[in-house]
Amino acid sequence: MKVGLMVAAVTLVTVGGMRSAAAETIYVTNEKDNTVTVVDGATLEVTKTIPVGQRPRGITLSKDGKRLFICASDDNEIQVFDIARQAIVGTLPSGPDPEQFILAPAGNPLYIANEDDNMVTVVDVDSGEKITEIPVGVEPEGMGISPDGKILVSTSETTNMAHFIDTESHGIVDNILVDSRPRFAEFTADGKQLWVTSEIGGTVNVIDAATRKVVKKIGFEVQGLNAEAIQPVGVRVTRDGKLAFVAMGPANRVAVIDAQTFEVKDYLLVGQRVWQMAFNADESRLYTTNGNSNDISVIDVANLEVTKSITVGNQPWGVAVAP
Amino acid sequence: MRRPRVRCAGFLVIALLAVAAPAAAQDTPADVTSISIAYITERVKDLPPFSLVDQPTTDNGLMGARLGIEDDNTTGRFTKQKFTLDEAVVPIGGDVVAAFRDLLAKGHKFIISDLPAAQLLAIADVPEAKDTLIFNVQAKDDALRGEQCRANVLHTMPNYAILADGLAQYLMWKRWANWFLVVGTGDDDKLFAAALRRAADRFSATIVEERVFDAAPGARRTDTGYALIQKQMPVFTQGVSDYDVLVVSDERDAFGEYLQYRTWDARPVVGTQGLVPTAWHRSQEQWGATQMQNRFVKFAGRWMTERDYSAWLAVRSISEATTRTNKTDYASVNAYIRGPEFGVAGFKGQKLTFRDWDGQLRQPVLLAGPRTLVSVSPQEGFLHQFSELDTLGFDRPETTCKIKAAAQ
Repeated sequence: MKVGLMVAAVTLVTVGGMRSAAAETIYVTNEKDNTVTVVDGATLEVTKTIPVGQRPRGITLSKDGKRLFICASDDNEIQVFDIARQAIVGTLPSGPDPEQFILAPAGNPLYIANEDDNMVTVVDVDSGEKITEIPVGVEPEGMGISPDGKILVSTSETTNMAHFIDTESHGIVDNILVDSRPRFAEFTADGKQLWVTSEIGGTVNVIDAATRKVVKKIGFEVQGLNAEAIQPVGVRVTRDGKLAFVAMGPANRVAVIDAQTFEVKDYLLVGQRVWQMAFNADESRLYTTNGNSNDISVIDVANLEVTKSITVGNQPWGVAVAP
Repeated sequence: MRRPRVRCAGFLVIALLAVAAPAAAQDTPADVTSISIAYITERVKDLPPFSLVDQPTTDNGLMGARLGIEDDNTTGRFTKQKFTLDEAVVPIGGDVVAAFRDLLAKGHKFIISDLPAAQLLAIADVPEAKDTLIFNVQAKDDALRGEQCRANVLHTMPNYAILADGLAQYLMWKRWANWFLVVGTGDDDKLFAAALRRAADRFSATIVEERVFDAAPGARRTDTGYALIQKQMPVFTQGVSDYDVLVVSDERDAFGEYLQYRTWDARPVVGTQGLVPTAWHRSQEQWGATQMQNRFVKFAGRWMTERDYSAWLAVRSISEATTRTNKTDYASVNAYIRGPEFGVAGFKGQKLTFRDWDGQLRQPVLLAGPRTLVSVSPQEGFLHQFSELDTLGFDRPETTCKIKAAAQ
């Protein structure tokens, strides 16, 4: 009965286009359980758990807000989840071992990192056809795209580079050496900077998108923690370009950075092994996945406070928020 | 085995300097820089595998180095660096030093040594090898990181003390503090046993009893062997005063496996068999290791071993230095690898660096059962002011290596 109500609520929200935290729905991939946990943004309670493909990791919302794309890494495919129907309705080809991916700002195509294959696969999400494959470095992982959709960035973990790819020609136009094991790439909303986290390097490399030079390396220091525990993974920058949040893995903290001065302002204690993060629509909240404590944390962005943790499935990996 | 007795070969060094870059550097475009790495090993008479479950290998170590070159070249496509591997596989009983000198004569500066301790020392002490970087990817001997350390040698293979400490930390976390130590008769069995005794002392475990197992050499395949072993092992382990865990040192896989499930008292077996401390294991899937495992199996047609992993790390360390410095000469690479900026990623959740006091690579130790990763040391709570990895093996204050003095 609860499930039925939930579907009705989601449908209403989608139709009405409301954009408050109260109405949103949070979707979390549980890598170990082969499930997606659904959390109601108003009550912050788990409303249901949906079985999906094997080893679900990357998850992202379609630009029209109607579908979720989910990397089923061990099934070597992308699953398409229909939000209104609350069900997997199809699959997309992904190449081997998809982990992270990014949608073009226009909503199509989808760019997928094939961690096992040193490739980026480009897929048309409407026709379900594979458009092409782009050879990159060893173990491609992080995926970012410029707001105008012209430049795609793939980071490769063993090659330690951010590859800049022209989305028209699908050719690599530049390779920027960054610190060890780059895990995640995020363009700022104005398209001027690319933020890349280095898990083993323990840093964030800020790259100027025009000159393609590393303009700043941000380091971290947490009292009582050895440098080795600081392993930046996910990074999110607010649309106004004022704040950046960096998930620091086994440091169990999210670093808050002034994105203008690059100063680290604060460290917010979240769950264990924090990896990925997602803002809600109005950026009032940031949700983090904590893989070793099997929960997600809710960060109040205005007050820079962790307000709640919610138990989800085993080894939560990725998170997406549907308004 | 002190420093070289041969001092008269100075002219030879000068003669060699005139030799051009390694031969492998041919037919590459002008804007691509070539980096040649040499790999040297001596074939050994391999026994058939202990168990039919084991995969026999004839290229242990070598495949790790080759895959390292592949990975380096994927990166090199973007940095315009091309890596090649010059392989010297010396036949059983062949002249390793002569083969090594041939590599030096070709101009090689970066050498992967997949050799036991005695041969490693023999090549490291060749006078013209002074300005070379030799990576030990095989020998675990503690002496190579102590009194017998060499200024031109770095070790990517963990030594016995690191492995024993990694195991001991876990046993103490389990509160299995009373050990029954069983040692084989091989020299390497004794070396690992010494490291285990040191670990027991460091982490306050008690060796309640120690016994030597003299495994008579014999055929590895038999039709009815289990019946005899089933009678032999309970008797051998009988009458040991109360202990928590049997710790075995049987480096050659002669008898250790037989102890499991056959001890007089119901006790787990750890050490060289049972729960093993190791640099790498097929079951390791943490920190992106799945990709490494998949890549290796696809490349080599078998599982990655500790030696393959150590060789891969050595090749990757060189490329890390050439990529970061954009230089390929010995002095730059050597300085970078030993410097504070260096760190190599090895699928262990943190960067790996070399200790400046003995050239040993700091690294977490995997504790693996036959089919799963059980734990990874250092264990939580074993603290260190600089790096928790330095709770494993020889820390700065306790080193007996005079590497700095030797280098000057």
